[in-house]
Amino acid sequence: MEAVTETMVRLPALVPPPTDLPPRAAALRGEVRAFLAQERAAGAWTPRADVWLSGWDERFTRELGSRGWLGMTIPVEYGGHGASPLDRYVVTEELLAAGAPVAAHWVADRQIGPTLMRFGTEAQRQRFLPGIAKGEVYFGIGMSEPDAGSDLAAVRTRAVQVSGGWELTGTKVWTSGAHHAHAFFALARSAPRDEQNRHAGLSQFIVELDSPGVQIRPIPLLTGAHHFNEVVFDGVFVPDDMVLGEIGAGWRQVTSELAFERSGPERFLSTFPLLTALVGELLANGSTPHRELGGLVSRLWTLRRMSLAVAGSLESGEAPELAAAVVKDLGTRYENEVIDVARLLVATPPDPGAEGGYARLLADAVLHAPGFTLRGGTNEVLRGIVARGLGLR
Amino acid sequence: MNDPVNDSVNAELQELAESVFADARGAGTGFDAELWKTLDDTGLARLTLPGDAGGSEGTFSDAAVVLAAAGAHAARVPLVETDLLAGWLLHSAGIAVPAGPLTAVAGELEVAGTGVRGELRRVPWARAAAGVVVLTAGHVVLLGPERLTVTDGANLAEEPRDTAVVQGEVAPTAVAALPGGAAEEFRLRAAFGRAQLLAGAARGALAASVRYAGERVQFGRPIGRFQAVQQQLALAAAEVASASAAASAAAAAVTAGGFTAAASRFAVAAAKARTGEAAGAVARIAHQVHGAIGFTREHDLRLTTTRLWAWRDEDGSDAEWNAEIGAAALAAGPDGLWPMVTGSP
Repeated sequence: MEAVTETMVRLPALVPPPTDLPPRAAALRGEVRAFLAQERAAGAWTPRADVWLSGWDERFTRELGSRGWLGMTIPVEYGGHGASPLDRYVVTEELLAAGAPVAAHWVADRQIGPTLMRFGTEAQRQRFLPGIAKGEVYFGIGMSEPDAGSDLAAVRTRAVQVSGGWELTGTKVWTSGAHHAHAFFALARSAPRDEQNRHAGLSQFIVELDSPGVQIRPIPLLTGAHHFNEVVFDGVFVPDDMVLGEIGAGWRQVTSELAFERSGPERFLSTFPLLTALVGELLANGSTPHRELGGLVSRLWTLRRMSLAVAGSLESGEAPELAAAVVKDLGTRYENEVIDVARLLVATPPDPGAEGGYARLLADAVLHAPGFTLRGGTNEVLRGIVARGLGLR
Repeated sequence: MNDPVNDSVNAELQELAESVFADARGAGTGFDAELWKTLDDTGLARLTLPGDAGGSEGTFSDAAVVLAAAGAHAARVPLVETDLLAGWLLHSAGIAVPAGPLTAVAGELEVAGTGVRGELRRVPWARAAAGVVVLTAGHVVLLGPERLTVTDGANLAEEPRDTAVVQGEVAPTAVAALPGGAAEEFRLRAAFGRAQLLAGAARGALAASVRYAGERVQFGRPIGRFQAVQQQLALAAAEVASASAAASAAAAAVTAGGFTAAASRFAVAAAKARTGEAAGAVARIAHQVHGAIGFTREHDLRLTTTRLWAWRDEDGSDAEWNAEIGAAALAAGPDGLWPMVTGSP
């Protein structure tokens, strides 16, 4: 049995140690809940599933900004609030659990702010961060292309150096919110492809979406709603001061972004409003399927504890890539499982035309579900990362 | 936040536990007296008990680390029973804690003064215990081996789950009134300990499977090189991670608030439910990866997988604990569900 013992020691830590939220989090959580209750009482919006993709509401976003709940981790000198990622975690999970419309600021708040702090120039930070924290500047992400999905290194958008900057030509797809956003981060090939090192020669650019040569076309989702876009560049000029980070370092920059975005509460709460409505339906029907409902609740509790553990580990400066991949794999499957169990327990068919309530939440959840296990790295790709972590490849 | 000081203490304890249990690992059956002696000598046998009960005054997070290692290496000792259950129950009832391995069971005994009679079923390790502690409707009773007629029984992992018959007198110092709340805490402690063991056994089964997938060659390469096998092992790893996270989070909750806090009760229930669910998934994938050899007594995979199958149904199955959580969720209603999950009313 000596052999097995050696392997046991070598198995990587699959999840960081538990993280407890700091005591101040309770007061913050209370403030967010009071605000949400007030919004709901005023009928300002209807709770929806998958709100970080579908809930675009600039008024709501500005309200959050005025309360100091956007750009929370951005330093004060850039208009942010210098708070900890765990404070942001509390605000984010409360908004998602309530099914509140968070899409307008989602990308800017989650990714763009931290990435600008990490790789942006002083001028770029000064220019964008205050607007992000106020909830007035919206961003998209331009990574995927028609022939570059899971295989991101296959991007073909070309960046050619010209006087004073770069000229971009190519097509980005699945860009959420590009039709409303002010700018996005585009990943492009700035040097010819090297078959020996496919990750070399990629760079990131901040592209303002009203630049000449940018065309934005809708790609309707299964619901028919317009959230995704195709963004076509035809010789779009990007000045040198809008290069993000280093030319040629795009792959490293992009993958470091991904590690941060894989394990947040949005990876297991996309269908939580449906679960809440399910409890209401069960109570109304006098139905008591305790085991099935309890299974959903205990798994949700576990996912949240795992996600918090990763957040705590990130805050300590570690990059628990394997654990983050595991949270996303389990969490996005859980989001689907909520739908399966709801259908098992309640006989109400989905109704995409309903204003709100269980039938509408179910309809949106079913039609949005295929995206859960695709976005941010497909679950199969993530399992490949886990297998590598286990030493299998 | 992560706590660097506690993390490093835990890392040392983990190393100690890992080496103690790995050394003892083997395919034998029955009580491992040699391992027990080592556990006694190192203070791990009574890790969470207070000093005046012969314990090491460790936290429940410490216990989680040690029990996970015990589960991973299929240790044949009544660690949960001695430390978390029998020792605690005796100490709380004011009965002196005897030396040696102990066990505990909730059962129906007729207790009249110092006269006791009854039959106790599926008592863990009864045949090897220096004392069996019984939690009855109104009493705590300590029974020495000389008071018991034991008939051997076993769980799926061939661990002793014996029937013990008692009829006669015990010393007045071996009977006490049941302390308030002890019955509920006993149930939670048993589930807590079992969840930690399950998380460890799941990790042990995964480790064996990763190792085997790297060694077993078919179609000219180790089977772990095939994406189909990698994807299965990644799914198993996710279940192991989730089981470990649930068990560790329960330990943190209990370390912070004891077993009576509402958050602790919820955490223990959820941890036993989640580790129990993960057990089946991990065992299934571990056997699939091992192929026919893992399905035989010749291979040691069974030491962890049979424990996973046995333990998931002991001290409350995942179905039972999920039913409790589900009932609480319905009682909380739509507006109370999220506060329940976050533990923030």
